[in-house]
Amino acid sequence: MFELIRPDTKFDFASKMKAAVIASVVFILIGLVSIVYHGGLNLGVDFAGGAVVQIKFQKEATTDRLRSALDGVQLENSNIQAFGAAENREFLIRTQETAADLKVLTDRIDTALSKAFGQGTYEIRRVEAVGPKVGKDLTQKALLALALSWAAMLVYVGFRFEFRYAVGGIIALIHDVLVTVGVLSLLNMEFTLNTVAALLTIVGFSINDTIVIFDRIRENVKKKVRADLRQIVNVSVNETLSRTILTSLTVFLVLLSLLFLGGPVIFDFSFTMFVGVIAGCYSTVFIASPFVLLMERFMPSKRKRK
Amino acid sequence: MFQSIKFRTLIAAVIVIAAAYFLLPSVMPEIPASMKNAFLKNRIHLGLDLQGGMHLVLEVDTEKALEGTVERLANAVREGLMDKRVRFRSVERKPDNTIAVELPNREARADLEKVLSDQFPDLEIKSTEAADGRERVALNFREKRIADIKKTTLDQSLETIRNRVDQFGVTEPEIIPQGDDRILIQLPGIKDPKRAIDLIGRTALLEFKLVDEEHGLEEALRGNVPAGSILMKGSREKGEGTGARRDTMYLLKERTLLTGQSLENAQVKISDRFGEPYVAIKFNPQGAKDFDRITGENVNKRLAIILDGAVYSAPVIKERISGGDAQITGAFTMEEARDLAIVLRAGSLPAPVRVLEQRSVGPSLGQDSIDKGVLSTIIGMLLVFVFIVIYYRWSGVVACFALMLNLVLLLGAMALFDATLTLPGIAGIVLTVGMAVDANVLIFERTREELRTGKTPRAAVEAGYTKAFLTIFDSNVTTLLAAVFLFQFGSGPVKGFAVTLTLGIIASMFTAIFVTRIIFDHCTWTRKIEKLSI
Repeated sequence: MFELIRPDTKFDFASKMKAAVIASVVFILIGLVSIVYHGGLNLGVDFAGGAVVQIKFQKEATTDRLRSALDGVQLENSNIQAFGAAENREFLIRTQETAADLKVLTDRIDTALSKAFGQGTYEIRRVEAVGPKVGKDLTQKALLALALSWAAMLVYVGFRFEFRYAVGGIIALIHDVLVTVGVLSLLNMEFTLNTVAALLTIVGFSINDTIVIFDRIRENVKKKVRADLRQIVNVSVNETLSRTILTSLTVFLVLLSLLFLGGPVIFDFSFTMFVGVIAGCYSTVFIASPFVLLMERFMPSKRKRK
Repeated sequence: MFQSIKFRTLIAAVIVIAAAYFLLPSVMPEIPASMKNAFLKNRIHLGLDLQGGMHLVLEVDTEKALEGTVERLANAVREGLMDKRVRFRSVERKPDNTIAVELPNREARADLEKVLSDQFPDLEIKSTEAADGRERVALNFREKRIADIKKTTLDQSLETIRNRVDQFGVTEPEIIPQGDDRILIQLPGIKDPKRAIDLIGRTALLEFKLVDEEHGLEEALRGNVPAGSILMKGSREKGEGTGARRDTMYLLKERTLLTGQSLENAQVKISDRFGEPYVAIKFNPQGAKDFDRITGENVNKRLAIILDGAVYSAPVIKERISGGDAQITGAFTMEEARDLAIVLRAGSLPAPVRVLEQRSVGPSLGQDSIDKGVLSTIIGMLLVFVFIVIYYRWSGVVACFALMLNLVLLLGAMALFDATLTLPGIAGIVLTVGMAVDANVLIFERTREELRTGKTPRAAVEAGYTKAFLTIFDSNVTTLLAAVFLFQFGSGPVKGFAVTLTLGIIASMFTAIFVTRIIFDHCTWTRKIEKLSI
């Protein structure tokens, strides 16, 4: 039998709780500082408004030539970068500038390009233009979806287990999202629709792990009525540890494949998921379960009250 | 009966075969004609990000339509008052869309009220204010009517845009209203997004006005525009070959003689003399009558043809034109003439539209995404397979078999529901694979634990499945919940992800629990193996 974690593993997770919480808080704080330092999140056009244009040239082109072309239409503040491998001759133009009627904006870019390079010498492969109204709508929708998904998890876990379990689970979820957002900010990566989709998926995925452990805690509580809850939590986390790691590993493998082979269009999605899965695996073991212990202090279970 | 392995195998087989049957039309585009009727039309659609195309959100300026209605109503009120010989000083539309009526005295107010209740039930008196012996009355549109007008504006815009898109020739377009004043448009396979936006977003208000030849254009350009006339610029004419453009100005009579509403048809024709395309228009019977009268009354004057506030041409009327045929010329390219004919046939938009969101993907990028998505899915799945087989040996092979079935079920269900596959959707498929294996991991880990306590394989498998079931169920429900919020939140591509995730999880419950159990039961019951390779 091939085993990653030996069945008799008895790691004392509960005693590491304090250190883990401090580590997490420090990490989240670093993330928050980074967000403040960067003057907020690096919002992509989906939320901030603006346009992204992906162009592929038939002949050699440089960012300098592109920039001077955009100068002519007062879009010199655009961010221009080569996209993908150099031999593809692909570039990404981003502008934060936006317009109530986006036709005006895209026409301007169009005019600049056709004037500088000539019609037919390039292919516009992708345009994403978002006006200020839609950007605001999407931001609200994203925040709402995230908050509602947390609330839904709280309700479901509270309904299936006990409220004190649910609190631990949700804190772990919020932890995962904050850590992930912090990492994105540290790397100054852009926040896009795909990023939010990945965050929502992480919420669904990370609670999975947590539920598996809670399930085991509940089972063991019934089995070993006399045992200390602290001990039960420890045993339960250890018993499910190999599953936690195995499942995270399989998702990890899949994400590695997406990261390296999925192409640049979904890189933001894959990367966010990647960070989130690591955070989720860690928080399940070190945050969610110990919080059940902590909650026990404030809200002792019925069994103890008797 | 449900215990019977044969019966359970039958159920599993029926479901898998059904899924394969639904899936076949999607993966085999060339089904022989004789077989076509044997299959459903439902199939998996490719999202705009994979097949290329454009996603557009337009905002209809319903406020503008309201302004226009109030303006017309103000004119009608003015005429109504004159008709009934009610004395008034002025009637005009205010920027807040009220109509201000100034009456010379108190007594006229009763007359105004009578005219209103007889002819204008949609108007109500908002406020009255007496100043210097005059009465200032502010008229308001009734709330309900305002909502009606906005709704009608949106409906008409939808209708017109649908017409235009249909005539432009897009397969499977999607044009749906969103909220009070937005229209979502999805145009798969569009190669020239700019041209499509020009066609869809153009107001296409066609007007005919006389050129004011009694007053000097120079004088008007200096700022002295005579009453009853307006200045209007000419449509940008292209200079020879250079692409340089110049603006010509026209002085026109303000009154509109005819509009595009009187059109019956519009077609592209090629002029004999220059081989240049132009648009031939045909008026409807009433329009033809009006055109006949207008041209008859104004021989030797110039009639301006105006589209969206720009003069296209202003030919001299040489003689009365009967029969209702006219033409619009103006140095068009063939494409421009064709698009103009389409918008004239489809009618004008009742209000201007603005582009709020535009996302377009070229077909070559779409193909790129498909290639990369498929490659990463295959590699991702292989990695998972190898890992699971190394870890669980024979049982791992069973789990991989279940994953393959899961894929067939997932795609089959997508085809059945006419679902759309997007790039994040492909990521969703491979992620589902990573997550679906979780159910088997849970079961296998549990079974291992039971084996360690010394149970027989049969008892261990039994306990493993039973004890793991609730856990799997709970954890999958939470993922489904997350998928629901994803679906709610997302636009096209993200929605596609939510769909594959949802279907994948449901399918995985079936394959990972039900199907693998059959195999294990077969081995432990029928073949009574002594040692489980897990």
